[in-house]
Amino acid sequence: MIKVEFLGPIGKAPMEMEAATLADVAAKLKEESELSSWLEKCAVALNDTMVNDLTTVLKDGDRVSILPPVCGG
Amino acid sequence: MELYNGPLNTKEIFGRWLDEEAESNYGAYIPFVGTIRAEDDIEALSFDIYEPVLQKWFDEWQEKAAALGAVVKMAHSIGDVPVHTSSYISAVFSPKRRVALELIDEFVEDFKANAPIWKYDVKNGKRIYAEDRSTPMDGAGLLN
Repeated sequence: MIKVEFLGPIGKAPMEMEAATLADVAAKLKEESELSSWLEKCAVALNDTMVNDLTTVLKDGDRVSILPPVCGG
Repeated sequence: MELYNGPLNTKEIFGRWLDEEAESNYGAYIPFVGTIRAEDDIEALSFDIYEPVLQKWFDEWQEKAAALGAVVKMAHSIGDVPVHTSSYISAVFSPKRRVALELIDEFVEDFKANAPIWKYDVKNGKRIYAEDRSTPMDGAGLLN
């Protein structure tokens, strides 16, 4: 089981799911209608490190963070 | 890296940074201050920060600066910051001016693009995500 958390303005409660890779996470998140406008502009961190590869392998207890567009300063 | 609830005490922070590096033999100190402007009838801006990723982003910049013999520092606000107060300050110290001038530009621009901070306008006490001024981070769209 892994945990997916949604940061900043997305305003969605964390989800727990079975997923072997980030591609599995993508498939499950696409089923969530409230995320449909977010996914194309969100970046992803795995255990607080930014990731860029859908084939990234996940293990039990991993934490995936969904980061929407930013504007610091 | 320093995070504060509410507006920054810019004079205290800049003064302390100067004191910290007073004996470090840096020839240049270039500060940047971001101040909340009164526009679009906002009362304040408000900020969410994801600190673990921000810290890693900042640590990478520290290493990049160190390779040039320089130091970067930054402070940012969490929560509401009223107009005419400051939410973000940063600074570069370097042996000579050219490195500091170039680094502060790169650092502030990358900060705007990739620091995990979310901005909201505060109007009539409500927070409204500043979506039109926000930038997708590097790698955005991976799960789409």
